[in-house]
Amino acid sequence: MTLPAMGDPAGPILELRGIRKQYGRLAAVDDVSLELRHGEFLTFLGPSGSGKTTTLMLVAGLQQPDSGRIILAGKPVDRLPPYKRDIGMVFQHYALFPHMTVRRNVAFPLEMRGTPRAEAERLVSAALAMVGLPDHGDRLPRQLSGGQQQRVALARAMVYRPALLLMDEPLGALDKALREGLQLEIKRLHREQRMSVLYVTHDQAEALTMSDRIAVFDEGRIQQIGTPSELYERPATRFVASFVGETNFIPGTVLGRDGDACRIAVAGVPMLASDRFSAQPGTRVTLAIRPERLRLSAAGEGVPAELVDLIYLGNARRYVLRLPDGTEWSALLQAGMADAATLRHGDAVRLTWEAAHATAFPG
Amino acid sequence: MEAGPVNGRRGAGPWLLLLPAALVMLIAFALPVGMLLARAFTHPEPGLQNFILLWERPVYLHVLVNTVMIAAAATPVTLILAYPVAHAMAHGSPRTRRLLTFLVLIPFWTSLLVRSFATVILLQRRGPLNTLLVNIGVIDAPLPLIYNLTGVLLGAVQTLLPFVIFPLYSSMRRIDPTLMPAALTMGASPVRAFLRVYLPLSLPGLMTGATLVFISMLGYFVIPALLGGPRQTMVGQLIQDQVGQLGSWGVAGALSFVLLAVTAGLLGLLHRLVGLKAVAR
Ligand SMILES: Nc1ncnc2c1ncn2[C@@H]1O[C@H](COP(=O)(O)OP(=O)(O)OP(=O)(O)O)[C@@H](O)[C@H]1O
Ligand SMILES: [Mg+2]
Repeated sequence: MTLPAMGDPAGPILELRGIRKQYGRLAAVDDVSLELRHGEFLTFLGPSGSGKTTTLMLVAGLQQPDSGRIILAGKPVDRLPPYKRDIGMVFQHYALFPHMTVRRNVAFPLEMRGTPRAEAERLVSAALAMVGLPDHGDRLPRQLSGGQQQRVALARAMVYRPALLLMDEPLGALDKALREGLQLEIKRLHREQRMSVLYVTHDQAEALTMSDRIAVFDEGRIQQIGTPSELYERPATRFVASFVGETNFIPGTVLGRDGDACRIAVAGVPMLASDRFSAQPGTRVTLAIRPERLRLSAAGEGVPAELVDLIYLGNARRYVLRLPDGTEWSALLQAGMADAATLRHGDAVRLTWEAAHATAFPG
Repeated sequence: MEAGPVNGRRGAGPWLLLLPAALVMLIAFALPVGMLLARAFTHPEPGLQNFILLWERPVYLHVLVNTVMIAAAATPVTLILAYPVAHAMAHGSPRTRRLLTFLVLIPFWTSLLVRSFATVILLQRRGPLNTLLVNIGVIDAPLPLIYNLTGVLLGAVQTLLPFVIFPLYSSMRRIDPTLMPAALTMGASPVRAFLRVYLPLSLPGLMTGATLVFISMLGYFVIPALLGGPRQTMVGQLIQDQVGQLGSWGVAGALSFVLLAVTAGLLGLLHRLVGLKAVAR
């Protein structure tokens, strides 16, 4: 084992081309392709069973793909066993060796690589200091808290500076406060160490906080890959809109085009929305609109609704609105928006939005 | 098991529940063994003459050494055969686990004596195994599989396997199955990962298994009697002869005493070498 081959720093550190993995008749990973840039933090986000772990295992070489190619640092690694791939991995339940002290755990990958002893000692100390545990080297893993154990696991996966760091729900076993602290710490380590990271989570808030880009998985396929704001502002599918952030799904019928936008009848009122397919007039569609993008006014243009509930959230207010057809929408308004603050339960209101903030999906 | 306070007497309840088993052990085990051991010093008259006899007649020492050697040979063979089975049971699918548990328990359906006679028939000079091997041309002449060390080891190992598989299995079940993949991602080949991670963690089970095999084997007498030759005579057989045929309880007691002392001594040594903690954990 040598230092990571840097390849072309401008090119991708990892490339997946049409990866497929079948368990019996179930396609756990179905035609997944992506590129991970040098130093990028890419998160796999998706519901349980969507193929995130399986994809990570294929990259690590712990599972073999049925078809497709995996290129790491410019070299195809499909045929290489895990121990010949230049990767590090962090597991949900830490996977620390219980019979070794913290130092021996962190030294293990260096020992496997034949790093000279003095050099290894120095690297281990640096790695433990990096994760804030400089004085815990002589303890056994079971003498540490869950958060500390995961820090040790991080140090162990980073101490040999692998070309790629894989993390499978590393914070999944920790409580909320600890999780948020470690999210920031992992971000810091990623930035300082300039690591390329593949990260798995099914927590969308975590994905939005940490990632340069997110790949949304569902049923073994990548539904969309993009920056957090791209996913949030311009979801490619209804699934992405529902999985990332909160969304109102509103039925409507296409009336026609209006420049770039699409004219749609919502509860009988013609409104504007953007679409990614050229919807024909008469087509039934579903609009996705974020709660904070709905605008409320007491009168004027827009879809008529009744204010049925008002929830005070401190920095914002949530309005629950019922339309004549009985569907309920949710609107979120920042504190200090004067016009809406005067509304009361039972008031009749009008709902409007900008065309760019409503996305029409077929069906 | 956690038992709550019974009638306000915290802790007394569970201890009372142990009493029946303790009584049975006392009456059926501790008393007779104690009496047998005592007879070494009292039968037919008080003194050390039984031990002096053991020392003066070389056959006794010879059989004692033999016994320890046979037990020492059976232990690693049994452990090595049991290890992969226990591993498959611990980390395989629930289906595999059920199937293997069932297979491992099958021998308990028949008595040790019946199984040993069956082994005699199977292994004898013109038995099915030798006939098969000769017929398919693996060997030219029948192999001596019985009335020698091979016979004793084959018979002993098959009876002892379950007693090693289960403790090994229960210690392997406690090994986190992600440790080996984790070691591989860090650059360890499967062999190195096994030697550095899995093997040390399965040591408690190995030690328990080794202890069980070794101790059980020291006291064997049916299997060496049926499957061994004169050179595989074990202490158990001598004790049986002394009591059953010669009625000399004193010599039997002295032999038992020495066997017990040797067992305790060897176990102490073993645990000093590998660490008693490994077994207790
Ligand atoms: N070894 C296996 N044998 C059979 N099926 C498997 C195996 N591993 C995974 N699967 C199946 O493949 C699918 C994808 O599983 P995977 O573990 O990749 O999902 P995931 O996205 O990581 O889910 P989670 O969020 O629950 O961890 C699931 O339906 C799962 O049941
Ligand atoms: Mg998973």
